[in-house]
Amino acid sequence: MPIAAVPNFAIAAPEMFLAGAAMALLVLGTFLSDAKAARTVSYGCIAALIIAAVIVMALNNGSRTAFGGVFILDGFAVFMKVLILVSAAAVIFMARDYLARHDIDRFEFPILIVLATLGMIMMVSANDFIALYLGLELQSLALYVIASFQRDGTRSPEAGLKYFVLGALASGMLLYGMSLVYGFAGATGFSALADLFKASGGAPIGVIVGLVFIMAGLAFKVSAVPFHMWTPDVYEGAPTPVTALFAVAPKIAAMGLFIRVMVGPFGDLGGQWQQIVVFIAIASMVLGAVAAINQRNIKRLMAYSSIGNMGYALIGLAVAGETADAAVRADGIRNMLIFLAIYVFMNLGTFAVILTMRRGGRMVEEIDGLAGLSKTNPMMALALGVFMFSMAGIPPFAGFLGKLYIFQSAVQAELFGLAIIGVLASVIAAFYYIRIVKVMYFDAPDEAFDGPISMEMKTVLFVSFVFVTFFIVFPTPLLTSAAKATTSLLGG
Amino acid sequence: MTNFPWLSVVIFLPLIGALFILLFSRGTPEQVSRDARAVALWVSCITFLVSLGLWVNFDVRTSDFQLVEKSVWVPGLDLAYHVGIDGISLFFVLLSTLLTVVCILASWESIHERVKEYMVAFLVLETLMVGMFAALDIVLFYVFFEGVLIPMYLIIGVWGGPRRNYAAFKFFLYTLAGSVLMLLAILMMMFEAGTSDMTRLLNFDFAPSLQTWLWLAFFASFAVKVPMWPVHTWLPDAHVEAPTAGSVILAGVLLKFGGYGFLRFSLPMFPLASLEFTPLIYTLSIVAVIYTSLVALAQEDMKKLIAYSSVAHMAFVTLGAFAANTQAVEGAIIHMLSHGFVSAALFLVVGVVYDRMHSREIATYGGLVHRMPVYALIFMVFMMASVGLPGTSGFVGEVLVLIGLFKANSWVAAFAATGLILGAAYMLYLYRRVIFGPLTKDSLKDILDLSPREIAVFAPLLILVFWMGIYPQPFLEVMHVSVDNLLERYHSAIAAHSATALAAR
Repeated sequence: MPIAAVPNFAIAAPEMFLAGAAMALLVLGTFLSDAKAARTVSYGCIAALIIAAVIVMALNNGSRTAFGGVFILDGFAVFMKVLILVSAAAVIFMARDYLARHDIDRFEFPILIVLATLGMIMMVSANDFIALYLGLELQSLALYVIASFQRDGTRSPEAGLKYFVLGALASGMLLYGMSLVYGFAGATGFSALADLFKASGGAPIGVIVGLVFIMAGLAFKVSAVPFHMWTPDVYEGAPTPVTALFAVAPKIAAMGLFIRVMVGPFGDLGGQWQQIVVFIAIASMVLGAVAAINQRNIKRLMAYSSIGNMGYALIGLAVAGETADAAVRADGIRNMLIFLAIYVFMNLGTFAVILTMRRGGRMVEEIDGLAGLSKTNPMMALALGVFMFSMAGIPPFAGFLGKLYIFQSAVQAELFGLAIIGVLASVIAAFYYIRIVKVMYFDAPDEAFDGPISMEMKTVLFVSFVFVTFFIVFPTPLLTSAAKATTSLLGG
Repeated sequence: MTNFPWLSVVIFLPLIGALFILLFSRGTPEQVSRDARAVALWVSCITFLVSLGLWVNFDVRTSDFQLVEKSVWVPGLDLAYHVGIDGISLFFVLLSTLLTVVCILASWESIHERVKEYMVAFLVLETLMVGMFAALDIVLFYVFFEGVLIPMYLIIGVWGGPRRNYAAFKFFLYTLAGSVLMLLAILMMMFEAGTSDMTRLLNFDFAPSLQTWLWLAFFASFAVKVPMWPVHTWLPDAHVEAPTAGSVILAGVLLKFGGYGFLRFSLPMFPLASLEFTPLIYTLSIVAVIYTSLVALAQEDMKKLIAYSSVAHMAFVTLGAFAANTQAVEGAIIHMLSHGFVSAALFLVVGVVYDRMHSREIATYGGLVHRMPVYALIFMVFMMASVGLPGTSGFVGEVLVLIGLFKANSWVAAFAATGLILGAAYMLYLYRRVIFGPLTKDSLKDILDLSPREIAVFAPLLILVFWMGIYPQPFLEVMHVSVDNLLERYHSAIAAHSATALAAR
């Protein structure tokens, strides 16, 4: 009887480093004076995240597993981890100014984000249901806390509580699904399950029921309809930097998880789950487009926008459920990764603008508060205008290429209904995106926002603006890395 | 200078000018406005002159794409930055560059607010328009085609009239809804043919059943752009609310996107579906000719009247394109060019009095000939060109279309011809109410005639209207080979299909 293999710790180096760094910074924070602690720890956390990203990239060398196969590092995980780490670092960076102005500048904030990020990068490396659940819970618990970080207000604790209760429900469903799968298939490892379903050419009904529960839990995490109810309230109530985080890092992590679970253990059951994905993709795109029309609060609007965008991303997953043609499946996943990467940049840029919307020391969250921004701050209006056109999918901006790739996959997989509903929903969604442009450019100017804009915002704004505008000129690097990530996921 | 990248220069020079204005204009608002106007005028003039180089270097004997430039853009998907022109697209490029100059001159004094942004928007628009006509990669084409929405949306919305919000949204969403379906069709074509290269797609035979769907998807986009009845309703709103120069570009160039699209995509790429749907095009176009002409007759707003007349004129273009014989197609192209000058000029004519009186209501005017003789003369020339008087460009286009149409289907030709009569009716009626009659209104007593700048704006359009009307040969010569090639492709594909259908029996 073989003894358990000696764990290959090396590939988990980023996770271990991040865990160590988080604890070290926590200790450091308690020893520093209040005035200095938050600032030092924040930049320490940013440095830790960047270093972790560098380690991840250095480890990018084929597909390897550790800890008895429950932890996997492949090109796909590397791609997702870099995206997650960079966006989390950007959020901590942007949050500096906000926290200081709102009197919640505590050093625990960046550390909680680092812990959540740690959970996320463990999620995308999970190769076993138990490992998956550990990562997911670490992420979720940290996020529940920072959602209610502005604890002297009323809305932030409410958002945190709501997120917690519904999140716990989703985790419960996920766990229940996993236990069903384990009960009927007798394994929790992804590779073992995949082999099992491949060998038997199908799955017992209990596994299918479990699969549905697992999908419900995952759909909650990516805020796909019909498990989206928490999103607008949590987005609106949470402190704005936290909303920015919710819009990017956890979405990417949950999508990564979704992809890995669906094409990994259940890859041969595509016929079973594809129709569910098609349904939630359509429902998310349509609801994201229609429900956002009447929103007056820009954070709620962004919530519906992210619901819609997750719907578009899920088209890629629906394509991957098409078992007929391996190349088409691979394209589906690759195009989904491209879409998600572009989505991250557009959202970071947009939230950088939202975070600067302040008048008389108070945050402005009404869309009408942007009135006449093109006169009071032309550069910011230009940047937000570009992000909005990009999200609406108008060329020549990056968002157009993202949608182009997604729809290309849908057409290749002959999911025409999905594609047609998708493009029509994008026309409806264009209405509220260009309404923001209208408010900024056509309406008479309101008072100017408080200046000056902090250096952090300018940096994030500039980087995302450049990315969104010039992506169409140099799309190749992202395309190649996404293609590599996909090959390692499906080919390995 | 065969290696000189003529097309890229024409496409990107305006964009560089726009960036220059954005980045380097400093100083007081007056200085910024003055500099922006000057830079925009210089850039657009130089672009126009360079674009004349396209014509000089153009070889009229071949139907191949010329002055082609190609470089890799997205390797994995086989997308390329691929541009080139043939006899069909050459004049549309020139039309775009010329009308941009005209627009910038025409807005010299009428735009006071945000001059810098205005000029930037027009230069960006020029890049997108020229790129659209020159693109030979189908995705690149779509990028330019759709990108036009952004500057146009801003032009209508920022510098437009009182109902500009409504008009801008309607314009944007109508056109977007049409084009997204085309995007799916483009993706489908790339999937089927395995390439996005238009020169190869032009010779690819799509399966007949697929052609029907692809044709319909493209039709959704082009019909909105042309615009064809019944999806024309965005046009009057957009025209009425847009600033004068916005209307000029809209009528002069953007409407041609649809007609160009039918000739570039629908006919050669989906010949069988085009044949199948020709009756549909005929019906919609004839309804448009008669219905919108009657609607134009009842208008009280000058811009709205001209907007409806545009719908009627563009219906001639779709009739000509789908009649699919040499005269009709060449007539359609000539008519598009002519409509480009004439409707642009008519909007400028309205703009001249609008700048003075700030009203577009016909009832505000009357007897202008007494105070503005030069204006009355210029108005008359363009009015006659719009009606199709022999000697003007409008005549050449309409007659060619009607001859071709008569060969294809005499009933359709007969109905279409009523458009000429109705066209004369509403234009002459408009002219009588605005120009003739006694000058009774006090507000008009000290209205001034055209300034030299305004005459300079009209001069190139006047020359072109007469040149094309009296001696159209240089224009026809350029397009002849390309049009023949297009029609040969169209008819041989249909013949091949019916041959196989017969053989199958």
